[in-house]
Amino acid sequence: MPNEQDIYEEHVLDHYEDPYHRGELATATHADEGKNPLCGDVIHVMLRLGRDGKIEEAWFDGEGCVISQASASMLIEAIEGKTVEEAKEFTANQMLELFGPQLTPNRQKCCLLSWRVLQSALHAPLEDADDDDAGPSFGGPSLSEES
Amino acid sequence: MPLDPHSIRADFPILKRQSSSGAPLAFLDNAASAQRPQVVIDAISDCYQRYYANVHRGIHTLSEESTAAYEAARETTRQFVGARSQSEIVFAAGTTAAINTVAHSWGGSHLSAGDVVLLTIAEHHANIVPWHQLAARTGCRVEFIPLGDDFTIDDAVVQDKLQTLQPKLFSFVSSSNVLGTNFPVARWTRMAHAAGATVLVDAAQGAPHQAIDVQQWDADFVVFSGHKVCGPTGIGVLYGKEALLDAMPPFLGGGGMIDRVTTEGFSPTGLPEKFEAGTPPITEAIGLAAAMRYLQSVGLEAIEAHEHLLCQAADTALRNIEGVEILGPTPDKKGGIVSFTVDGVHAHDIAQWLDTRGVAVRAGHHCAMPLHESLGKTASARASFYLYNTPEEVDRLIEAVKEARDKFARGGRRRRRRNPSPA
Ligand SMILES: Cc1ncc(COP(=O)(O)O)c(C=O)c1O
Repeated sequence: MPNEQDIYEEHVLDHYEDPYHRGELATATHADEGKNPLCGDVIHVMLRLGRDGKIEEAWFDGEGCVISQASASMLIEAIEGKTVEEAKEFTANQMLELFGPQLTPNRQKCCLLSWRVLQSALHAPLEDADDDDAGPSFGGPSLSEES
Repeated sequence: MPLDPHSIRADFPILKRQSSSGAPLAFLDNAASAQRPQVVIDAISDCYQRYYANVHRGIHTLSEESTAAYEAARETTRQFVGARSQSEIVFAAGTTAAINTVAHSWGGSHLSAGDVVLLTIAEHHANIVPWHQLAARTGCRVEFIPLGDDFTIDDAVVQDKLQTLQPKLFSFVSSSNVLGTNFPVARWTRMAHAAGATVLVDAAQGAPHQAIDVQQWDADFVVFSGHKVCGPTGIGVLYGKEALLDAMPPFLGGGGMIDRVTTEGFSPTGLPEKFEAGTPPITEAIGLAAAMRYLQSVGLEAIEAHEHLLCQAADTALRNIEGVEILGPTPDKKGGIVSFTVDGVHAHDIAQWLDTRGVAVRAGHHCAMPLHESLGKTASARASFYLYNTPEEVDRLIEAVKEARDKFARGGRRRRRRNPSPA
């Protein structure tokens, strides 16, 4: 029988109070935002994807309950440095495992918000991304070399 | 005579249980749904065990006994609200179903493009969405009366809206399910009638806590749910003035609501069956009547006074906690509901923490998104009291809120540096 008290174990509160990469990523190439309309949780995920298919940097910002914010911090920390493919293969169940304490179905929604936003951010290139690495890559010299 | 919650608790078997944390249950989520006394549970199982059958149709012993009990429940309900005739009491599935019935049947036949339905910003979604849907069908317009700074609404503001908008319908809560604010139903109804508007009162949060007298209110429609008055789910009451109901077309079509059906068409039967298509909530009506008798035996005035004491204690103590903001007026202007936010702590974390202490409260927008938006909040925590709650439970609520604040407010806890592990 999961005890709700354990949901707020030290590890979770540490991530809540001292999150990993919470803030703006000015050089983001991909980003998306998602909400849990029922609770008002908001998570914004910003990624810089490299040409080699790696997530070079990952940041998040947001507002909401301990679970939504702490789980976002854990996820961002975990996927940074991974490849895009690896991040896409990261399942909802793995997210719940990463979080740790067992959650009731209602609170699982809070925990999975950042995971959902990450998955859509991977498919959401920023139009004005000024990082040239984000541009389409051709077999020849990259376009940026001409300017 | 003040009621003794400790002796009342003995009537409610569920209150003996514990929460999943092992702490004794302090059930403070009564505005969402109340618990049931043994007499209600017994009335329902007695029907199923001894005399249940479908009503109105069968010519046999069980059907006749069920029909008699079902119609006796209608009479109990008539007395509970003070209606003139049983024709004015329609059993619906709940408040939501009752409002939808009025919106479809009365709204569909009385409102057209440009007409105004006036609501307060404090409405439950059940008294907003059916009007938005009606607006989409007919082109009528939905307008809202804003809240004053003290979480009440001034008569002058209501008067001004009635005059300038000339609404066909004014539909409002007798008590807000978030703020707890009690609105002056009889006075607003008088003002609305003088302005030519029909009046619907959403008494979902009124019926459980105060004696209702539809004659004194004089509203055209009054609706409420069974499950909030210690009765079963799946049943509610639509009271309507007879002349109005009589002139309205039926909403749902089917068995039980017809006089005659041919291959060409149908003619509806009279009140109240005209609005009770299909097999009605039979045992639910019987259980509801048992609940109403139970509340009356305790005394609705005593219940109201008891809740007021609890509300006052909770409201005062919560206001004294640093970082707590109460969404609602001072206790003299509200029923047994205290909604609040804690600076820097999400309502869900408050509710989850309180649950570890056995204290059940609701957290979220409580089906009142426009209200929360107007207050600049996404969510709040809500403690709502009923006849079986005790002053000790209020103390436990306050203690647990203090704990939650200390635990979750950023900076309230000693911050630990983590060492992010290298990828
Ligand atoms: C003020 C108010 N109106 C309407 C409703 C809807 O009641 P029901 O869900 O029983 O139809 C509620 C209950 O949640 C309420 O508090």
